[in-house]
Amino acid sequence: MVNLTINNRQVSVPEGTTILDAAAGIGIMIPHLCYLRDINEIAACRVCQVEIQGKEKLITACNNKVEEGMVIFTNSPKVRETRKTIVRLILSQHDCRCAICVRSGNCELQKIANDLGCIENPYNGRIEHNEWNPEFPIIRDNAKCIKCMRCIQVCDKIQTLHVWDVVNTGSRTTVDVANGRKIEHADCAACGQCVTHCPVGALREKDDIGKVLAALNDPETITVVQVAPAVRTAWGEDLGMSGDVATEKRLASVLRHIGFDYVFDTNFSADLTIMEEGTEFIERLKNPDKSRFPMFTSCCPGWVRFVKSQYPEFVDNLSTAKSPQQMFGAVVKSYFAKKADIDPSRICSVSIMPCTAKKAEAAYDNMSSAGYGQDVDYVLTTREFARLVRGEAIIPEALPEEDFDSPLGTYSGAGVIFGATGGVMEAALRSAFYLVTGKNPDADAFSAVRGMNPWKEAAFNVGGNEIRTATVHGLGNTRQLLDAIKRGEVKYDFVEVMACPGGCVGGGGQPIRDGQELAKDRAPILYSLDRNKNIRFSHENPDVLKMYEEFFEKPDSPVAHKLLHTDHHAWDM
Amino acid sequence: MSRLKIATKNVAGQTVERLYKDLERRIVASPPGICPVDLALNFLRLCHAQTCGKCVPCRVGLGQLADYLNQVLEGEATMETLGEIEKLAKVISNSADCAIGYEAANMVLRGLQGFRDDYVAHIKNGKCTNHITQAIPCVALCPAGVDIPGYIALVNEGRYADAVRLIRKDNPFPTACALICEHPCEARCRRSMFDTAVNIRGLKRFAVDNAGVVPAPPCAEATGKRVAIVGGGPSGLSAAYFLSLMGHKCVVYEMKSKLGGMLRYGIPNYRFPRERLQEDIDCVLSTGVEVKYNTKIGENFSIKDLREQYDAVYIAIGAHNDKKIGIEGEDSNNVMSAVELLDNIGNDNIPDFTGKTVAVVGGGNVAMDCVRSAVRLGAKRAIIAYRRRKEDMTALPEEVEGALEEGCELMELSSPVRIEADENGNAVALWVKPQIIGRMDEWGRARPSDSSKPEVRVACDIVIVAIGQGIESRHFEEAGMPVKRGNITAMDDGEIINIPGVFAGGDCVTGPATVIRAIAAGKVAAANIDEYLGYNHLISVDIDIPAASHADKPACGRVNLTNVPADERKCNFDHIECGMTLEEAKQESSRCLRCDHFGYGNFKGGRAEIW
Repeated sequence: MVNLTINNRQVSVPEGTTILDAAAGIGIMIPHLCYLRDINEIAACRVCQVEIQGKEKLITACNNKVEEGMVIFTNSPKVRETRKTIVRLILSQHDCRCAICVRSGNCELQKIANDLGCIENPYNGRIEHNEWNPEFPIIRDNAKCIKCMRCIQVCDKIQTLHVWDVVNTGSRTTVDVANGRKIEHADCAACGQCVTHCPVGALREKDDIGKVLAALNDPETITVVQVAPAVRTAWGEDLGMSGDVATEKRLASVLRHIGFDYVFDTNFSADLTIMEEGTEFIERLKNPDKSRFPMFTSCCPGWVRFVKSQYPEFVDNLSTAKSPQQMFGAVVKSYFAKKADIDPSRICSVSIMPCTAKKAEAAYDNMSSAGYGQDVDYVLTTREFARLVRGEAIIPEALPEEDFDSPLGTYSGAGVIFGATGGVMEAALRSAFYLVTGKNPDADAFSAVRGMNPWKEAAFNVGGNEIRTATVHGLGNTRQLLDAIKRGEVKYDFVEVMACPGGCVGGGGQPIRDGQELAKDRAPILYSLDRNKNIRFSHENPDVLKMYEEFFEKPDSPVAHKLLHTDHHAWDM
Repeated sequence: MSRLKIATKNVAGQTVERLYKDLERRIVASPPGICPVDLALNFLRLCHAQTCGKCVPCRVGLGQLADYLNQVLEGEATMETLGEIEKLAKVISNSADCAIGYEAANMVLRGLQGFRDDYVAHIKNGKCTNHITQAIPCVALCPAGVDIPGYIALVNEGRYADAVRLIRKDNPFPTACALICEHPCEARCRRSMFDTAVNIRGLKRFAVDNAGVVPAPPCAEATGKRVAIVGGGPSGLSAAYFLSLMGHKCVVYEMKSKLGGMLRYGIPNYRFPRERLQEDIDCVLSTGVEVKYNTKIGENFSIKDLREQYDAVYIAIGAHNDKKIGIEGEDSNNVMSAVELLDNIGNDNIPDFTGKTVAVVGGGNVAMDCVRSAVRLGAKRAIIAYRRRKEDMTALPEEVEGALEEGCELMELSSPVRIEADENGNAVALWVKPQIIGRMDEWGRARPSDSSKPEVRVACDIVIVAIGQGIESRHFEEAGMPVKRGNITAMDDGEIINIPGVFAGGDCVTGPATVIRAIAAGKVAAANIDEYLGYNHLISVDIDIPAASHADKPACGRVNLTNVPADERKCNFDHIECGMTLEEAKQESSRCLRCDHFGYGNFKGGRAEIW
């Protein structure tokens, strides 16, 4: 243990502890901006500097370790003066029009500047401007970038896509797409992890709220909304609601209140995905000579973009099943329209997703299989949804809980766990077991694939076949897994990949809490919903079964193939 | 009112003088990888501040020129702007009244040519092509990329064996480099910004002197692949060391009876004692490298034989051929080449120069080695005849100073014209033509030319020609390998174009260069031969680097290494350089600013733990 004094208080911490952590341990918070544990410990912003008795120079608390006998002051006159000056310098290169920033109220710079009372700034503003493709799901605004370098580090270290880099040197040093490329040519997975790790508003999703409002305002348009599983775990975070108030039923109520004509659930099409993907997997197992193994899940568009750009040789290993979002879109403008007797061309199909890559996916040319424009017209992230609610001045707490609409609002416990790493795998195995053996397994038989381990392996006996599975999340981990497959070190039959750490609950479209990785806290909400469901198998979702009966006949039928499957080669990155 | 006054320095003036010194230092310590256009603009602004304001081109023109450069950097320029910059700079160059103006414009013109691509990149992409790839200046400038802040921190903690192991991760010649490396690492040490570069080589010397015998790491599982290495100098042995660690069987073909190449046959014992060389060689050999001595390519075996017998070949034969001056009398008796002299000494075939006058022609490090060896061989007089000035010499300044301290005489601006021999064909004098120093060449080196002074006769018994070495490239040329100006042509990964499996590096590719460049070439070749053989063995070392200290870093003088007094050292070939004391090593190692932790190094381009 190392003994030291912080602000005249004795503290004893293990060797190797940073000053920041040592102080936090006794409730002394040292303001910081660029620091991101294990990812960005580069002391670039210089906000976390502290004074050490007997030393002239201040030192950064985030990346310097405690030493025996240190006497530290976190709020000495010198520290105060320095911290405030540094923040003002950062502000001089930051577009401070907070009123029109999506991160207002959830911005680390805004908070520090306010906390420190930076109500005036003597330094001249020098705001950088950059050109950007406004149609790309992720928007970079360098006028707000504080060069904390987090986006670079997250993309390098977590996602290994190296989309961002430092460009220029000297006073013109900034952050931009690496290697002089445009974002649309940078093999960006659009996962949005850079957005959720940006401390300010320099990175955000493309905002589609205006388009959705226009659809809601148009009396001729029938608006249909679907909500992804992971959204219900986090939608209340940006609205200041606790989990027990921000329930999925209240979410349905809010959507109805906003004016959506039909409030449906992507969980429904998650069950549908299992029917199609599970059937496809069983077919591959039956025809091992003609099939490629492992089969990869295809519901995560960030992952599909990753595999297309980084490992094109594995594209044909992807399941041809569309993602739940896109299956839903296709079903809405075909089966549902028919059933509800609506002209599909009047439908505006909106999805609320924890994801930025879903915006890219919905816009692919071939995602229009129902024949009425894009199957999903607009995708809002969970964050945009919260802004929409705020914009409508809705107080969710004041609304009663309501059910999702029928028929596309019914789901099984298997469908709802899609939002967490391992969920798709577990849901698929539950139904695959049934499809092979004709009887249901224990619904929790495959719980070995749950949890935050980056790369989970599990083998299950399904009707005499040993199914070797792997579940991986985060694209860096995915890269390791694919390389291991390529080197022949591992062999699997079925692999689930989710681009974001923790799966969609940790998605790039989810609410942002600086410095916190919330996937591990959100995932249990989904498992609890699963546990409390009467139906826990996708193949028992009555409305899905009815839809097959009335419309698709059976999984992988010609009409199912047309509407629910896709050709991953049909579009370019 | 007094009619005249004596100028006295005031505080402001003194401070300005100090600022100039600071600026000089800052430029010396300029980090690699910064934008040259940005630099050009800021130099130009400095020049503009120097203008007296009298003349239009300088007072107004330089400002307008700076505006143009700023437009380029701000992405507001077009390709036409480049033409405008050139036009304006030429006008200033031709019309400014004094050098403050015209030289500022010339600097811009040179940049416009020298890094035109950077200008164009700013205009066309709005971005700079430059970025910092290696953020730690010393590591960036070490050809082998040795983890310098890492081993300095280990020396500071007294972990000398770990320091040696860390160095060996990138360079299997820690002792050689501790004693004779030209230390390019020190050139831009960030410490220079406020005092002087850390004495990096001196600290490495302290590590190797105190580490004891440090065994090589274990080799990877044998791959069954065999690699032939032609030449047992630093480059060949470095490749052999790393390839052995990677599990490949290496066989070194050495034309002489001992290993070391120029480390043995080019550098005299007083600079690098043979037993110290043996420390590095023993470590390399301990990895299982096999050596075939006294075998010469083109005589005992051919490149074709090697290609048939081995999976890959690395050619690192060095540069061991004499270069002749081409003057009358050069074939007289007692005229010898530097290579011949040092080779003899290296083979313990020590000539006796007692009572003789020795004239050495040349101004490089080898010439200094020869003249200082001549003193130690008993020469009555040892004279350096050099056609340029002392400051133009390519030898390290400390080598020149060392020679002069030992009593060598320096004849500057003396170009050899012929060697006079007696009736028996023995050299009796070197005739030199006095030179006048003249115009600078495009790289800023002054060229000498014949002066009107008459030729001078330098009476001497022995003439040593030390004007450079060449490469014995004939065999390779005949074998169909690309050879340009006598050097073997290899790509930057060591491969020889169109000859798969054959790599080359070191002096035979670069021409005579430094030991650390030869080692780096061996390292590069090892990595790429491993790839070529279908493997991806990675070299790393498991050493935790001590955390950087938070202590303030006040300006502090650099500990220089001292030499044995000239009178004492010039009588023998014993090692002349004295290492640091523990006290000095502690202080010097704590001067390191730890650019691996402070600055860009903790973000990108810092420590490479594995290669």
